[in-house]
Amino acid sequence: MNPTSATQLLHVEDLVLHFRTGNGTVQAVDGVDFDLDANRAVVILGESGCGKSSLAKAMLRLLPRNVESYSGKVFLHGADVMTLDEEEFRHNVRWAAMSLVPQAAMNALNPVLRVGEQVAEPAMVHLGVSKAEAFLQARRMFQHVGVPEDFLSRYPFELSGGMRQRVALAMALVTSPALIVLDEPTSALDLLTQANIMNVLKRIKHELGTSFILITHDIATSSELADEVAIMYAGQIVEVGEARDFFSEPLHPYSQMLMASVPRLRSDSDPMFITGQPPSLVNLPEGCRFAARCPFRMEKCGGEPPVVRRGNRKVKCWLHV
Amino acid sequence: MIAEINQTRIKEMKIELAPLLSIRDLHVWYELRRFGFGHAGYVKAVDGVSFDLAPGETVAVVGESGCGKSSLMKTILGLNTPTSGEVIFDGRNLSELRGNDLRAYRFEVGYVQQDPYGALPPFMDIQKILEEPLIISGIKDKAARLERIRKVMSEVKLHPAEDFLPKFPHMLSGGQQQRVVIARAMLRSPKLIVADEPVSMLDASVRVEILKLMHALQAEHNLSVIYITHDLSTVKYFSARIFVMYAGNLVEKAETRRLLENPLHPYTLALLAATSDPDARNAESFKEVPPGEPPSLVNPPRGCRFHPRCARAIEGLCNQQEPPDFEAEPRHFVACWLYRPGEQGQ
Ligand SMILES: Nc1ncnc2c1ncn2[C@@H]1O[C@H](COP(=O)(O)OP(=O)(O)OP(=O)(O)O)[C@@H](O)[C@H]1O
Ligand SMILES: Nc1ncnc2c1ncn2[C@@H]1O[C@H](COP(=O)(O)OP(=O)(O)OP(=O)(O)O)[C@@H](O)[C@H]1O
Ligand code: SF4
Ligand code: SF4
Ligand SMILES: [Mg+2]
Ligand SMILES: [Mg+2]
Repeated sequence: MNPTSATQLLHVEDLVLHFRTGNGTVQAVDGVDFDLDANRAVVILGESGCGKSSLAKAMLRLLPRNVESYSGKVFLHGADVMTLDEEEFRHNVRWAAMSLVPQAAMNALNPVLRVGEQVAEPAMVHLGVSKAEAFLQARRMFQHVGVPEDFLSRYPFELSGGMRQRVALAMALVTSPALIVLDEPTSALDLLTQANIMNVLKRIKHELGTSFILITHDIATSSELADEVAIMYAGQIVEVGEARDFFSEPLHPYSQMLMASVPRLRSDSDPMFITGQPPSLVNLPEGCRFAARCPFRMEKCGGEPPVVRRGNRKVKCWLHV
Repeated sequence: MIAEINQTRIKEMKIELAPLLSIRDLHVWYELRRFGFGHAGYVKAVDGVSFDLAPGETVAVVGESGCGKSSLMKTILGLNTPTSGEVIFDGRNLSELRGNDLRAYRFEVGYVQQDPYGALPPFMDIQKILEEPLIISGIKDKAARLERIRKVMSEVKLHPAEDFLPKFPHMLSGGQQQRVVIARAMLRSPKLIVADEPVSMLDASVRVEILKLMHALQAEHNLSVIYITHDLSTVKYFSARIFVMYAGNLVEKAETRRLLENPLHPYTLALLAATSDPDARNAESFKEVPPGEPPSLVNPPRGCRFHPRCARAIEGLCNQQEPPDFEAEPRHFVACWLYRPGEQGQ
């Protein structure tokens, strides 16, 4: 991959984030590669504990204290942001170019601050604009996410969960970043509220040209926004490609089984489940990490599977060699 | 699937059977107090709900957060006292049960909660967790208790039991924890299981596993099951009937097939439209969602509670009078003025 191609917004290569614990090293993000073009959305799908939130943290360099190792390349607009020092990263990258809506953001708003102030703040702090300018921008973002303007002066407890989630989204948008990382933005919300939030995201993508990394375990809802899909398993991306190709024909055995586990409203397919559990990230098996649960396992699966290209798609599996 | 064959058989059988559970015009209101005293109104969480459940019948209650699903279930479990109306279980009126009878009732109804981890006491090992209800129900012989526990553990596929008995809840995966909760609900051979969002905290593949397990247990023991969920895509695999709940009322009640093939209530239609199947084409269009949010249950809108959000509301009727249940087609009930006799519903 050429990290400086014209439309390319993001290039992630061999990203690693390991944590130190009493039981050993947790290999939460273990060599992740993917690319994203401007005004596109990639969905990162995977089961609980596979490292999705850790990947978000690694990208935004929001690291806990017990980091054992943190490495890899992250190019944003062709510039290597991993080599920036913390001061430069805070000034030029986090919020300004790339912001995060963290998991359960709607419950993390400051309870004693009016939501308008909370949305305006990042614009003042990270873009250095005046208070008046920041509030004007906040007002604009409220319109984009569909929160009535008079809510600017309300406190979080006066808002429903869906409205608070929109506020969290407005906060991530207020600095006009090119890329927003959304960690499970709808999983705590009701069905109709979820559908509303997905509509809002589609509208923002269309109107503001924002790119998204949508992290979720909700496969059906993810298809509402996805241009591309990346499947994460035990700290690694095992398949990545266009959403259209993925949803019609997933390639990796794990992707296939995951898709087969989704109950569908509009078809009578009988959902199947995947037996067994993902491996512990402290004690990873050699070779393919899915091998213990894979019906296609072969002898060579005991060795590290290569990443195989299939047109625009990539899959990490011996079956496709 | 097996489920359907089974349910048809049950449907044929149940015609002659007396209901296991009858809910009659049930109201569950919570009093609101200002500054800890002074009456400040009621939260009308359940406001006029009626239905019958046959032995061995499975029904799903579908609705959004705060519509009163858990309040309804807690009342059925005897954990809430109804404000008015009746819960009749196996011919006995719950309000008349006292002492031992009430305790016996609680043994006949199993409860599976939403959050398996929250439902299990963290400082007890699995053996203790499963022995406790048996001790309470008076089984003094330890060997007998363990035998029953092993039997149930094998039914919920927690085997070998020896591996799990000494473990604490945090050592188990979410799916295994939920199996322990189900095992605990099954210990005293209940006739009815109330499962309140039993899989919403679990991963996709584990969800299916747990739903299939519950289904197998239901068929094996001819259990009645009330399955509470907000996920319409799972109900057809699990329930013979669906009740759609909105703001304290059941607004549509029908057999699952019928409801999915011919949904009638505007709120049901909105829920179905908002449910996605995984499909890349979803990203190309916006979803239709009714405006606004569910109403306050303290001061619900007059007339039909959905009318402020309903595109088809009939001025002068929907905003004035509460719609009763209309039987729009045989055994398909809908509380909506569009289906009043003489109207086509279109
Ligand atoms: N600071 C930390 N120290 C040690 N281990 C951690 C830390 N943060 C996360 N982990 C572990 O890393 C693994 C990946 O966690 P992560 O939160 O990234 O998963 P996830 O895919 O986001 O899961 P979920 O879907 O449940 O949110 C888990 O095993 C988790 O327990
Ligand atoms: N003990 C209580 N006292 C006062 N209000 C209550 C009480 N329990 C529930 N409520 C209120 O009653 C309404 C219905 O709550 P309930 O828990 O039955 O809804 P639910 O449909 O189960 O929602 P969810 O999907 O979020 O679990 C809500 O407005 C809730 O705040
Ligand atoms: S590499 Fe082998 S074990 Fe792994 S997913 Fe492919 S076929 Fe299965
Ligand atoms: S009764 Fe009226 S307002 Fe209520 S759902 Fe039917 S048409 Fe809409
Ligand atoms: Mg996470
Ligand atoms: Mg509830």
